[in-house]
Amino acid sequence: MVAIPKESWSGKIKEVTFGATDDEGGTRDRKLRLGGETTLPFLAFEGAVSRPAIGMEVIDHLGEDYPQLIIDEVGDVIRDPVAWADACVNIYGADFICLKLLSTNPEEENVGAEDAASLVSTVLKQVKAPLIIQGSGDYEKDSRVIELCGEAAKGEQCLLARAEQDGYKSIAVAATANDHAVVAFSNIDVNIAKQLNIMLTEFGVPPDHIVSDPLMAGVGFGMEYAYSAMERIKLAGLVGDKMLQSPMIADVSVAWSAKEAYRVDANLGDERDRAIFWEVGSAIAALMAGANALILRHPKSVAIVRRVVDELVG
Amino acid sequence: MPVTALDIFKLLAKKNCGECGVPTCLAFAMMLANKQAELTKCPYVTPEVVEQLESSASPPMRTVKVGDIEIGGETELFRHEKKFFNETAYALIIEDDLDDHSVVKRAKKLDAMKYERIGIISGVDLIGVKAKGDAQRFSDAVTLVNDNSGLPLVLMSDDADIVEAGLKVVSKAKPLIYAGRANNCASMAKLAKQYACPLALYADDIDELMSLSEVAKSEGLEDIVLDLNLGAKPLRQALEWLTILRRLSVKKLFRPLGFPVMLNLDNGADIETQAIRAAIGTLKYASLILFSDLDPARLYPLTTLRTNIFTDPQALIQVNPGLYEIGKPNRNSPVIVTSNFSLTYFTVASDIEASKVPARLLVVDTEGLSVMTAFAADKFTPEKIAETLTEYKVADKVDHRKLIIPGMIAMLKMKLEELTGWEVIVGVKDSSALPKYLKELANG
Repeated sequence: MVAIPKESWSGKIKEVTFGATDDEGGTRDRKLRLGGETTLPFLAFEGAVSRPAIGMEVIDHLGEDYPQLIIDEVGDVIRDPVAWADACVNIYGADFICLKLLSTNPEEENVGAEDAASLVSTVLKQVKAPLIIQGSGDYEKDSRVIELCGEAAKGEQCLLARAEQDGYKSIAVAATANDHAVVAFSNIDVNIAKQLNIMLTEFGVPPDHIVSDPLMAGVGFGMEYAYSAMERIKLAGLVGDKMLQSPMIADVSVAWSAKEAYRVDANLGDERDRAIFWEVGSAIAALMAGANALILRHPKSVAIVRRVVDELVG
Repeated sequence: MPVTALDIFKLLAKKNCGECGVPTCLAFAMMLANKQAELTKCPYVTPEVVEQLESSASPPMRTVKVGDIEIGGETELFRHEKKFFNETAYALIIEDDLDDHSVVKRAKKLDAMKYERIGIISGVDLIGVKAKGDAQRFSDAVTLVNDNSGLPLVLMSDDADIVEAGLKVVSKAKPLIYAGRANNCASMAKLAKQYACPLALYADDIDELMSLSEVAKSEGLEDIVLDLNLGAKPLRQALEWLTILRRLSVKKLFRPLGFPVMLNLDNGADIETQAIRAAIGTLKYASLILFSDLDPARLYPLTTLRTNIFTDPQALIQVNPGLYEIGKPNRNSPVIVTSNFSLTYFTVASDIEASKVPARLLVVDTEGLSVMTAFAADKFTPEKIAETLTEYKVADKVDHRKLIIPGMIAMLKMKLEELTGWEVIVGVKDSSALPKYLKELANG
């Protein structure tokens, strides 16, 4: 009889709850639990496994470069973030929405923080899935945007994105004041990921209110860097490093940076099939490396990745 | 796991006789550990010790050659510990009950399923010929495939006579025999030994697989590939067992299963399902994957994923130097020079693409350094650029003689013009300005 090699891990990935249901004073129709596993991804024979959540991206300002394939698939509602979010959850089956408030970017439309908060309220009223509220990346503007949106979303246990090493305090305050969790972003650097978790924790964010985003990169565009960073973070957490035990989120929509995924080229097969599989392949890489939540773009990717997750979790 | 000098010393006679040419046994042990001495030089070492040292010195997982392709030879569970060595090989199947014309057509099609991406060509690596009838048909089909494709083969049949008919045609090319099972292992192993070809072993149960491995090894076989029927198991089990098998070889040095592992996806699933399983297998420990079929729309992303996961984490990320076409450039399209640091290449290529102005990108071998770093390290020189210009015969591809260089190395302009005779235009300092720049250039 061959002895099956089982690892015994001393660490456990923290479980972050995402979405408050009515028994907790929220209005979400489901509560997601990110993380909580005690072993490497899906190895149920040696520990407790966690089910990754599958979310979709909704943007309030579509750039010129947004792939036509997605616009064609989603249709006109893509111009209305509320309707788009509704379709993502109720037609395409997303577990959660990541609302990216790119219109608030001072270099673009510079939509005001109050208007952004108003949009968040409307989305929360109409779409009952858990919500990630993400700023445009401009730290100063985001401070104000996230502050007001965090207030508007009070009680719903959202994720506020993204805190970074050089700018995390205002998001941390908005999170702790309104009982949200923080998405802590680092640039494919395990040391910075750890450092940021330490800083957030010392600043008063409860450890189980942090989700790490180590920066996903799509197939062909640096995927292996993201993959190894995530594996190293997961392993460190499982061998007991308390500051690397946050569940991880992978924004797989970056897969669409690969124009070759959807350019018309008969040699490379049907572009719609290819683009979807490019995103699905990137999602599979994120899952194998330990992502506890995924953000996808193409509606069809969601159904495919869900089947994969169902088969992996059993 | 490396054997230390101390481990070796404990097994030696410790006579310090010097007959090996080294004064002390400890010194001899140190040289052995560094592979600077031969164990045979010691007249006092016992056969048991020889066996022990040889076995722990041999790699955890056998490297198996199928044709000219190497699979296996892995030492890690995680690529960041060192690297993954041999890319997962992809084999697509041709069934021999197709008519001759269709067999030839499919062989040519599979042979051509290769894609170039940043100077790397990747695609289908092997063709599996699957027997559906008798030995004669199999032999004919193998001949047809072999004559119409350069890819190494997998000979698929449970019947040793049928397999032998195929081996008689192509054994010199070292095809993989698929497969030895409980009911035919001894005869398959004998065939594999006789024709010096690698043998896949199939079992649904790990203990059974281990005993098949023992049978094969007792016939003198070392080139074994393991199929634990993971291609047909639910993904969760497949992943668990792939992990278990890899741990057994590289962590436990479990010799009976120290071989490359394969996935046979030929069990009725559609192309997309096979591609998904293959993505998981490629990332997680499969050395060879057999598909009933695959389309370019899935194969191209899959080979890109494969290239990604098998890159050496410790090597500087670079692309192959050369002349790359972005869009469909013609003989009047601009020629832009850049370094071969991957990130530089991708950024510049992407910015050129965004400009919608077709262009040629001349990528110079700067050993993976960015433009500025290479310039500071004297690796991005007028001489190097001139050499690259000639090597890739740029003058034959364009009618003009204008070269655009990165704005940050403007100081190279004069010397470069001198060396090449071309007009050197100092371009933008940051590649994000390329779209605007190229559009203006195109508009005159």
